[in-house]
Amino acid sequence: MRMQYSEILMAAALLALGGCATPPKTDYTEFLQARPSTILVLPPVNDSPDVKASPAVWSHATRPLAEAGYYVYPAALVDETFHQNGLTTPTDIQQIAPQKLREVFGADAALYLHVSKFGTSYAVITSETRVTVEAKLVDLRTGTVLWSGAATSSSAEGQQNQGGLIGLLVGAVVRQIIGSVSEAGYKYAAVTDDRLLGAPRMNGLLLGPRSATPWQVPAPRQ
Amino acid sequence: MDMDATPRYLSRLALRCATPTLLLGLAACATAPRPLYTWEDFPAQQYVVLVHEGSSTVEDQTRALEAQAEKARATSAALPPGFRAHLGYLYLQAGNPGRARELLLAEKVAFPESGPYMDRLVAKLDAPPAPVSSPSR
Repeated sequence: MRMQYSEILMAAALLALGGCATPPKTDYTEFLQARPSTILVLPPVNDSPDVKASPAVWSHATRPLAEAGYYVYPAALVDETFHQNGLTTPTDIQQIAPQKLREVFGADAALYLHVSKFGTSYAVITSETRVTVEAKLVDLRTGTVLWSGAATSSSAEGQQNQGGLIGLLVGAVVRQIIGSVSEAGYKYAAVTDDRLLGAPRMNGLLLGPRSATPWQVPAPRQ
Repeated sequence: MDMDATPRYLSRLALRCATPTLLLGLAACATAPRPLYTWEDFPAQQYVVLVHEGSSTVEDQTRALEAQAEKARATSAALPPGFRAHLGYLYLQAGNPGRARELLLAEKVAFPESGPYMDRLVAKLDAPPAPVSSPSR
């Protein structure tokens, strides 16, 4: 009987120590009040030296958002709509008033992306490809920020990330389409967008209306 | 406190702690949700259009996406949000506004929440060509 009690204490201590490093919890109050069903992904602002960063990050954003249960507007048509209205740079486009975006697209929310790192840096012995993106989800009906986050991915993370998803992403057809120069950045943009926008994740976007369990706030794992 | 045969005690404890954790971990893998949509090369096709580089022709892109749509029909898989509209956009580029219009309306049927934007795009297709002097929206 006494031995069982001490076992329980040990187990509890181990679990508590394991849960020590939980990240700060996001306040989902606004998000849960807004419950956006449609997300307009605006062209990403790019602060990296690679001009292909914006289209790469933009084109990879649709999948995690759609799989999270949101309707995502077709990027090619969104791009065309802005072009036809004389707007071509992401910086200008991201300055448009939320009410105007709501009027033109009918979207509940808009996603503002900012690429701070995209590309390969070459050191003496090694090279590293990294893609870092920050995001902000704004309710177009109220102008409120519903959520913000950031994510990064890098070739320096080690072999556990090299197989599986990344291997599948760049098949022969895709390689032919995108060309070899931007391939590394293009691949990691997919991983970064997935980490940034995929749900359910701790402090990530909530699952949307088309998912099996919409609006569930992820609980910390013990 | 009486703790006899310490190594055996610790290994039993480890097993008691590890087993529920391991089972939960495996359960999480086993119940990973099935994707809602079939993606194939759609993200890459979107990239091709957005990058404005002309590395593949509209005809090639259309053919690839039509093949994906056919496969989805055959397997009853769901095409992603924006897929039909994107294909419609390609047909418009190729000079086939009739097919473009059908696909925009199909997008609205598949995803009614896209209605306001699809209606706007269809209205632009249906509108008589604007006189040169009128200001753009």
